[in-house]
Amino acid sequence: MTTLALAKAINEGLRKAMEDDPKVLVMGEDVGKLGGVFRVTDGLQKDFGELRVIDTPLAESGIIGTAIGLALRGYRPVCEIQFDGFVFPAADQIITQLAKMPMRSLGELKLPVVIRIPCGGGIGAVEHHSESPEAYFTHTSGLRVVACSNPADGYSMIQQAIRCDDPVIFFEPKRRYWEKAEVDTAGADWYPFDAAKIVRPGTDLTLIAYGPMVKTCLEAATAAEEDGRSVEVVDLRSLNPLDSALVMESVKRTGRCAVVHEAPVFSGYGAELAARITETCFYRLEAPVLRVGGFSTPYPPSRLEDHYLPDLDRVLDAVDRSFTF
Amino acid sequence: MRIEEQIVGSVHLCIGQEAIPVGACAALDLTRDAVFATYRGHGWALACGTDPVALFSELLGRETGTNGGRAGSAYLSDPDHGFYGENSIVGAGAPIAMGAALAARYDGSGRVALTVFGDGAMNQGAVHEAMNMASAFDLPVVFLVENNRYSELTPIAAMVRRDDLVSRAGPYDMRASRIDGNDVNAVRETISEAVATCRAGQGPVLIEALTQRLVGHYIGDAQVYRPHAEVEQARAKEPIIVLSATLRADGVSEHELAGIETRVRAEVAAAATAALAAPPADPTAVKEHLYG
Ligand SMILES: Cc1ncc(C[n+]2csc(CCOP(=O)(O)OP(=O)(O)O)c2C)c(N)n1
Ligand SMILES: [Mg+2]
Repeated sequence: MTTLALAKAINEGLRKAMEDDPKVLVMGEDVGKLGGVFRVTDGLQKDFGELRVIDTPLAESGIIGTAIGLALRGYRPVCEIQFDGFVFPAADQIITQLAKMPMRSLGELKLPVVIRIPCGGGIGAVEHHSESPEAYFTHTSGLRVVACSNPADGYSMIQQAIRCDDPVIFFEPKRRYWEKAEVDTAGADWYPFDAAKIVRPGTDLTLIAYGPMVKTCLEAATAAEEDGRSVEVVDLRSLNPLDSALVMESVKRTGRCAVVHEAPVFSGYGAELAARITETCFYRLEAPVLRVGGFSTPYPPSRLEDHYLPDLDRVLDAVDRSFTF
Repeated sequence: MRIEEQIVGSVHLCIGQEAIPVGACAALDLTRDAVFATYRGHGWALACGTDPVALFSELLGRETGTNGGRAGSAYLSDPDHGFYGENSIVGAGAPIAMGAALAARYDGSGRVALTVFGDGAMNQGAVHEAMNMASAFDLPVVFLVENNRYSELTPIAAMVRRDDLVSRAGPYDMRASRIDGNDVNAVRETISEAVATCRAGQGPVLIEALTQRLVGHYIGDAQVYRPHAEVEQARAKEPIIVLSATLRADGVSEHELAGIETRVRAEVAAAATAALAAPPADPTAVKEHLYG
């Protein structure tokens, strides 16, 4: 076991993947010499060379298109999108090409491309640097969409994403990059990367979260315990495919549920979860599935982001509301 | 078959533009090079070596199609013949070709990627992203523009300041040439040189091939936006007429030419018949291959 921050854990995961497979390439804006704006690719170019860690022109559509072409020729490119909002110029290639080609060719054209996206707010950055665009991609069939929430998962999930033959959108909660935890870099017996995990067991209510909000939910569960409520926290980890079995089992057991994400509630990923849980667990629910998230506005300037982002109070408020039914 | 509604959905033909795929593919080594085409790509697939029965079957949504009937007219692919697919997002093939070209750099194979698109696509950002990156990295990409002077229903003159698209190579410092795209030999020679340039590590190259389509943008396009005389004049200069004249001048007899035409027509008719007889794609399998 080693203690690593999330950014370093992903860095170590990338390094291990590059050591294990010479076909793994890292590419993006400033990922080489600089090591990426969040230093997630720090030192990789020095150790693996400019051919395997490629500083690209500032052209997101070009970066993803290049990665698709590389994958068609047998490589496993890992692209860094510098900030969440910059994925939109690449959306064309991701949605119209990357997601569609494998299925349309009956799996003959495999596209093992990983797109790493630092996501979410809470670091005092501006709009386009603090967004949570996951629902755009979960809405697109043909993409795997995953989000890590802690260093151990960052280390293993990035390697699992790279080994996977499908395109993977890999969300990294940027405000957690500097938070440390124990990581087992020796073991290889990893939890499946498309499975959800109960990260805190409870009996009265299920909080479902992913990425940056998992920690907030864990704090909320601790606070709720003082009020005598036993709150279970599920870290989804994979948004598409969704681990329905684990989610439904938890909600049927507790009878209450709130979904928490930073992205706007309206048409957000939580809407899909709420609908599915209601369809599957209707007779076991003690209260409607509640949603906690950002507002339907553009991401606000830094001085206002504390008002925008869901926090401990908003999560606890949802817990309280659930018990009023 | 489209008109008889045996093929459903929109179809874009390359009638009048055939010399470009035929000439270009003759210059490529399709056991290792890669072609990225557009929705107007049936001719490209055939020139790459795709079996005509598989092509027709794909258009007809048959299990025996290049992609089991899941891709259709505008998205079919056949990587075993170096044909990495059509594309219905105008310009989107260019950055992908760049990746295939970058791959050649790792294995030192000298493999070249050719991406073909229309004059309209030249105004897409993705094409410029690709041309810049390919030239910044000296990648072995042939950017081939089929300039048929129309972007869908809009004449090129209305959309660009200068209609010599080859001039776009200047800012990217690429080798470039503008050729008669209806002359199959000129296409083959020019693409051969471009491929040699790329294999020598001096790519990318931009080629503008001038051509005209003899039919609508899609089947069903009445071409009301086009002067009738323009299409008539184009017919006189279309590639098969041009090639026939060259062959005659080289001493090929009328009899031999007629024999070729009869053979090709029979081959196409047989392929169509075989494809029509094949079983349709199974809709219950539509969710397969979503994840590997
Ligand atoms: C991104 C995108 N925008 C618009 C269209 C609709 N569209 C299809 S073909 C076409 C014209 C393309 O013209 P050109 O590139 O000259 O190719 P041509 O059809 O003449 O071969 C347009 C606008 C599209 N398919 N994709
Ligand atoms: Mg055109």
